[in-house]
Amino acid sequence: MAKNHGDDFFTLTENKLIAKNTYRAVFEGNTKDLIAPGQFVNLKIDGFYLRRPISVADYDGQTMTLIYKAVGRGTEKLAQTTPGKVFDILTGLGNGYTLRGGKPLLIGGGAGIPPLYGLAKKFAKKGIKAVVVMGFGSKDEIFYADEFRLLSHEVRITTADGSVGTKGFVTDAFEEIDYDYFYTCGPEPMLRAVYAATNTEGQFSFEERMGCGFGGCMGCSCKTITGNRRICTEGPVIEKKDLIW
Amino acid sequence: MADLKVNLCGLELDNPVIPASGTFGYGNEFRFYYDINILGSFVFKGTTKDARFGNMTPRIAETPSGMLNAVGLQNPGIDAVVKTELPKIEKFFKKKVIANISGFSVDEFVYCTEKINSCDNVGIIEINISCPNVHGGGISFGVSPESAAEVTKAVKAVAKKPVFIKLSPNVTDITEIALACEVAGADGLSLINTLIGMRFNLRTRKPILANNTGGLSGPAVFPVALRMVWQVANAVKIPVMGMGGVSTAEDVIEMMIAGASAVQVGAANLVNPYVCKEIIEALPEAMAKYRINSLSELKK
Ligand SMILES: Cc1cc2nc3c(=O)[nH]c(=O)nc-3n(C[C@H](O)[C@H](O)[C@H](O)COP(=O)(O)OP(=O)(O)OC[C@H]3O[C@@H](n4cnc5c(N)ncnc54)[C@H](O)[C@@H]3O)c2cc1C
Ligand SMILES: Cc1cc2nc3c(=O)[nH]c(=O)nc-3n(C[C@H](O)[C@H](O)[C@H](O)COP(=O)(O)O)c2cc1C
Ligand code: FES
Repeated sequence: MAKNHGDDFFTLTENKLIAKNTYRAVFEGNTKDLIAPGQFVNLKIDGFYLRRPISVADYDGQTMTLIYKAVGRGTEKLAQTTPGKVFDILTGLGNGYTLRGGKPLLIGGGAGIPPLYGLAKKFAKKGIKAVVVMGFGSKDEIFYADEFRLLSHEVRITTADGSVGTKGFVTDAFEEIDYDYFYTCGPEPMLRAVYAATNTEGQFSFEERMGCGFGGCMGCSCKTITGNRRICTEGPVIEKKDLIW
Repeated sequence: MADLKVNLCGLELDNPVIPASGTFGYGNEFRFYYDINILGSFVFKGTTKDARFGNMTPRIAETPSGMLNAVGLQNPGIDAVVKTELPKIEKFFKKKVIANISGFSVDEFVYCTEKINSCDNVGIIEINISCPNVHGGGISFGVSPESAAEVTKAVKAVAKKPVFIKLSPNVTDITEIALACEVAGADGLSLINTLIGMRFNLRTRKPILANNTGGLSGPAVFPVALRMVWQVANAVKIPVMGMGGVSTAEDVIEMMIAGASAVQVGAANLVNPYVCKEIIEALPEAMAKYRINSLSELKK
């Protein structure tokens, strides 16, 4: 039952700029604890005391892919790391998404888009093609539009400045989408807008500052209809019907 | 053979390594990483009379070589701990645990102590009079010798297990408080709790923590903890559990040289869930290196 610390060591095999300040990192190692899209990992970066939580965008038997934005000192340091380096990464964290619905709508904003990729892939494997709405600030921040197109029924893009697709926010591109369930991840104002603009059940993925990422510190708690939850353990995915909004 | 055994008020521990309150939940999460029965013991999350949600988030901020937390004593309340958590712990942890109790009044400390008295798998009661993250309770008992003594006396009057009082470093003279607890009948002392600190978000120009301030812990506080454990251990005759920034086997040895009879490990568990296992495994070699046959010999 117990693990070995050695199981958590991963080798960085790719770390590539894919859009403005946005990187795709591929790690090789033991991925057996990853069981659902929407789970995350907690990654140790040299020189920083706390680990950094990052969603798993994709994984297979030996590799996992993370897509991250360099937004602060930790992620900037990660962005400067060359492949070959070994990282201490806690994997398989959080509940992840549960696949529901025959006509899913996936709604992602910026750094919240990565976990939806693994989800789109899981749906495609079941023969279900989702509609995907991706929101960005501007043209140079767009990533994975083609990757999503390969797996999806339709991909809609919004940019805050109107440089590509619909000008505005993700909720400005909801017209005439036929869906029976939705999944969303992104900044909280976007999640609240999605909550108001959708009319079916769905699943939200949340972020919170974390001390541990595996349920040990109570640093990440939130209140839901069914009681207190730790975002890292009984989240990050929470169903719409359980939110107190 | 290196002898790791220590004795705390009659409680024999296989080794002095004890995860600290608030960094080990009720033990369950860490079982995924290793068999926690190798620990000397562990201290469970600070528990109060009533269930508490704690503070708003963000509750965590990073610092150089450490972290701030302002969890605010989130816990399910003493009844749920006695009815649900302790029986669960009994199933997977075959040793005695240490119960950490917090309160907002002397009566609340007494109430919780009486409830814990009947729990066979609790070996020691640790009374937290030093939580910096709650208002109108917690630390306010730990900053004056009079109130620290009052809580100690009241708890000791009902306690059927050894009582350790957990002291705050956020005081002018910690030995004064330590002595007051000893005179009031404490069986031992635990120190240090976290040091009050702050971080600001440069973009919003506001504190990062929703509670504004939080408690600093991790390697950043290790020298402060050593100093306070040394001061207190030299001032009192009762045993001291030392903590604050301990992350390695060498740190454990240093803490015991400073005067600790056992050592708690806090924040290090959060950034490396295997840390206590790794410390226990590294202790024999570290002891050999510094020619220590038995850890208990460090405490004169
Ligand atoms: C479950 C989860 C999944 C995530 N998935 C992704 C992802 O796939 N791609 C991506 O780009 N980002 C993701 N994030 C956000 C990512 O964790 C932060 O951007 C990152 O921690 C910033 O670290 P830093 O050192 O660069 O920033 P700093 O601001 O210097 O970090 C200081 C401290 O604050 C914490 N922190 C800062 N911002 C956040 C945040 N938004 N959420 C949680 N902690 C934060 C850091 O972890 C660190 O402890 C996710 C966050 C969570 C909680
Ligand atoms: C997230 C977190 C929660 C804590 N909660 C409690 C608590 O409930 N009760 C308590 O007595 N101490 C609590 N503490 C303090 C620790 O038990 C310990 O005294 C302190 O962190 C110093 O040790 P360290 O530097 O090894 O973390 C908490 C510490 C952290 C980091
Ligand atoms: S981050 Fe520690 S419990 Fe969630």
